[in-house]
Amino acid sequence: MSVGPRVPLLKAAWLVLLKDWQIEWRTRARLTALIFFALSTLLLFSFAMGPDTDALRRHAPGYLWLALFFASVLSLGESFRIESENQALLGLILNPVEPRAIFLGKVFGNASLLFGLSLLLLPVAVALYDIELSKAPGSLLLVLLLGSIGISAPGIVYSAISANARARDVMLPLLLFPVLVPLLLASVNATRFCLGPDAQNQLPSWLKLLTAFDLIYLSVGFLLFPKVAEED
Amino acid sequence: MPSWAPLAALVVVVGLIVLHLAVRSTRTWVWKVLTGLGSLMLVALVYFGLFWAPPEAFMSDVGRIIYVHVPFVWMCMLAFTVNVGAALAYLFKKSWRTDALAESSAEVGVFFGATGVLMGSIWARPTWGVWWDWDPRLISTTVMLLVYVGYLAFRSFTEDPERRAAWSAAAAILGYVSLPITWFSVQWWNSLHQRQSGSGTMDKPIRVVYFWGAVSFLTFLFVFIVKRYEIARARQTGALELPPLEAPKGQVTT
Repeated sequence: MSVGPRVPLLKAAWLVLLKDWQIEWRTRARLTALIFFALSTLLLFSFAMGPDTDALRRHAPGYLWLALFFASVLSLGESFRIESENQALLGLILNPVEPRAIFLGKVFGNASLLFGLSLLLLPVAVALYDIELSKAPGSLLLVLLLGSIGISAPGIVYSAISANARARDVMLPLLLFPVLVPLLLASVNATRFCLGPDAQNQLPSWLKLLTAFDLIYLSVGFLLFPKVAEED
Repeated sequence: MPSWAPLAALVVVVGLIVLHLAVRSTRTWVWKVLTGLGSLMLVALVYFGLFWAPPEAFMSDVGRIIYVHVPFVWMCMLAFTVNVGAALAYLFKKSWRTDALAESSAEVGVFFGATGVLMGSIWARPTWGVWWDWDPRLISTTVMLLVYVGYLAFRSFTEDPERRAAWSAAAAILGYVSLPITWFSVQWWNSLHQRQSGSGTMDKPIRVVYFWGAVSFLTFLFVFIVKRYEIARARQTGALELPPLEAPKGQVTT
């Protein structure tokens, strides 16, 4: 398979990431859909809860993360749609791009999309749920970043395998959401402590859990992805 | 029941399982012996669990459900461990056998797990006053079941057998990795569930019946997986145009 000079892993990953960004930027279809989907989710939560400002503020971290979770299904589902046409994934692998580089590129591409989306959602959450962002802005950004990576790392592997299954739009959340339960717990709690009082200093331990989740799934996905891509 | 009985039963059952796995010619009859043995052990479990063992100190007769509830969840975890082992084996060396084993152990595991959680819910009602509680053990077990229900759904929604085998192996590994993390993360919530029962917290007769129950259900776990494996293998050979898996040196794995 080694035709032509081998591109180093990280550089190849970076090129895959750039390629996806470029496609994203030129069509802007996925981005627009994501933003409006997540915004309407946030709105729907506030309608469902009624105009109780206290309750909305208290549950804001949960709504924010659920909106991101639902949006992530859209974004992950699209990740391999481009590659599933005309056997583009095979073409990419034969280029030769190491499957692991594709994995890293796709994970960070998705994570950057979700992170950008979460940044857009924050001001909306301030308006809808009356939350305070100025308490620990640095930690909040860190939580959003780690959470976006945590959704994308297992998500990309599942997305690659469900892209060719029947009923793929149902398959992805069915496989992904149970695995993301610890991430949801950690990111919602960490966000809560970033926005509100943290009397017992619990934020660091949730941040550690988030980091551990990211590292575990990045490494497991890194090892598994070549086996998955082989079958495409 | 003498206190050595569960251990003796375990030795016999494990011996028969090893015999089945090691000697191919015994495969026609060992499962029948195990089924008979398991049924007898189950009858004994009903007697010893309901009449012989003393009532539990705090829950009285309600506590007797522990003899089936806990072994069921144990068997579920054991089955899922077999599943991930088969998935890993498949990824290292492709074989339809490990794929069939992965499928059968996941399905049997979901049966044991779902029944175990259902019994836990029935037990929770009279003791905690609720059917469901946000307790670490309950949430983790339910999440574990969801992982494997998703796994089985994925298997049935993927038509190409080779892709199904490789992709579901990857899904099994990703899912299994999440189990300890889930357990750890939900532990940080306050727990209402009793501490894990063990030799320290259990009276001797209760402990003996408890392990007796575990060994009885181990025989059924094994027989179920064996029978389900045979069904999966029959389906594989029955499937037309099963493509040969790529094997080194022109060998074809079947």
